[in-house]
Amino acid sequence: MGRYREDPARIRSLVQPDRVHRDVYLDPELFELEMRRLWPRAWIYVGHDSQVPKAGDYLTVEIAQQPLVMVRGTDGAVHVLFNRCAHKGSRVVSATSGNCRGQFRCPYHGWTYRCDGSLRTVPLKSGYAGTAFQESSAAQGMTRIANVAIHRGFVFARFSDQGLSFEEYFGESLTSIDNMADRSPAGRLEVTGGVLRYLHQCNWKMFIENLNDTMHPMVAHESSAGTARDLWKDQPPDAPKPMVIEQFVPFVSNYDFFDRMGVKIYDHGHSYTGVHFSIHSKYAGIPEYEARMVQAYGEERAHAILAESRHNTVYYPSLTIKGAIQTIRVVRPLAVDRTLIESYTLRLVDAPEALLERSVMYTRLINAPTSVVGHDDMHCYGAIQQGLAARGNEWVSLHRNHTPAEADQIAGSYNGTSEVSMRGQFRAWASALAEVEEQP
Amino acid sequence: MSDAKVIDRAATDEAMSDRAVTDEALVDFVYHEARLIDEKRLDEWYELFTEDGLYWMPLTRGQPEGPAHTSLFYEDRLLLQVRIQRLRNPNSFSQSEPSWCQHVLQAPRVQTRSPCGSRFVLRTPFFYAESQRDQQQIYAGVAWHHLVLRGEALRLRMKKVELLNCDAALPSIQLFL
Repeated sequence: MGRYREDPARIRSLVQPDRVHRDVYLDPELFELEMRRLWPRAWIYVGHDSQVPKAGDYLTVEIAQQPLVMVRGTDGAVHVLFNRCAHKGSRVVSATSGNCRGQFRCPYHGWTYRCDGSLRTVPLKSGYAGTAFQESSAAQGMTRIANVAIHRGFVFARFSDQGLSFEEYFGESLTSIDNMADRSPAGRLEVTGGVLRYLHQCNWKMFIENLNDTMHPMVAHESSAGTARDLWKDQPPDAPKPMVIEQFVPFVSNYDFFDRMGVKIYDHGHSYTGVHFSIHSKYAGIPEYEARMVQAYGEERAHAILAESRHNTVYYPSLTIKGAIQTIRVVRPLAVDRTLIESYTLRLVDAPEALLERSVMYTRLINAPTSVVGHDDMHCYGAIQQGLAARGNEWVSLHRNHTPAEADQIAGSYNGTSEVSMRGQFRAWASALAEVEEQP
Repeated sequence: MSDAKVIDRAATDEAMSDRAVTDEALVDFVYHEARLIDEKRLDEWYELFTEDGLYWMPLTRGQPEGPAHTSLFYEDRLLLQVRIQRLRNPNSFSQSEPSWCQHVLQAPRVQTRSPCGSRFVLRTPFFYAESQRDQQQIYAGVAWHHLVLRGEALRLRMKKVELLNCDAALPSIQLFL
């Protein structure tokens, strides 16, 4: 019996309007409660449907301690199944991805399942005659998650039967995914070019918070982006900028730049920075791409799509996307102080290859275990995870630009350096954690 | 791109050398290159690369060369310079406690020599340790050195590092394998 499980009031007391208690990052019991109360009731990103293009294609993933398989059925529909044999509980599918050729087969006793999880065959079935097998959960097969939604190829699942509908949960925040997909002349995205898997020695919320934290780049990334800026500073102003310089240098823009960039807050913890412009706004144009966009959408609409330059959009708690550069980072909590961040690159279907090359370079420069930008972020997360143990101050400050008016409504547009996105995330967090889950 | 193609592409712009480069000289280059990294003599290391030099660590097995697939490293000289200068920046917070590394190389083998005698590919299995105070990571892999003769000197056109666990979830790797 822990301190928090039976005590919603105590959980609520950890999140105050302008600060949070350190236990939210340190306490293993709260991590367990997140995995039971927050993640299962939220809509969690599972994968992209371009990763399972053909019938029988699957990928396996573990999310919030749940082994899952996402599979394209024979009817073309994408299913998300719990990756557990209905018999003795073995994980049925062990490969990261593949094609199941019409059925999954458990490696232990050979029970087979259709792509929708239903039980297909059991060896020597006569042994179950006269038993309660048919009425038991074993006969139901691999449990299929009922609540699955696909938006522009992004597959989300809500593990619990309880919770908001997909549309209620994400609302207008889905416009960030729309803008990323609309940047393809065909309106479609494809995951391509491999996945960067970066192990973070920190609580998952530190990573999520950092994505809309605009007060850190000019400090934490001064050594990387600042070095790139200094290496380039003697070049004439009209010298064509290598992509590296174009991508690194905006990270060390000044406070005024990030403040004017703006941040947009939605309910349930979602938000994005770059309401008016962003660090991606000044990339050199690619005329062939712009021509294809105009051809596909018409002049006005094409320019409206490309004028958006959102920085990071947070789909709380599992996904962050960068629409303007077509990369996404997926958050997989492993333990209270361990998180896996997986970074994927998306191809804009029918766009010139140069767009993909830009995205590939960006994700390697910024999101990789070998990224100099990532190293300094990771260093800070680890330092927080350690530093929070210090006695004398149990609170983490989220005061920047706080106003009492947020109590009534937090959704809206704010100045870019406000910590309002983090306050919004913790509001969603507290409301989920303080709601005792249904038994079991 | 296959190793052979890399050689073909460059063979035309390379003058014939009148003296054959010995295997020993090629192998010594590989040992020297690793030692420069381990001893943090990174300016000397940087100078080993040709103007179009590339330091490449693929993300997947059998990954084709080129900018259309994500890599762990795909660094031209400009990016290498950013990394080297950053390591010396007092505000490189992830290096406020510095990392150190050690290569342990299996004997390098000369895999190919171009017909004109100025391009070489060597294969070197290795272990690599990177430590930072109480944390030590150990990696294994194969390094491919694509060397060219520039005048009398051997230079590095590409170092390709095939990491054994390239598909694993990895912590920060801060130096050079």
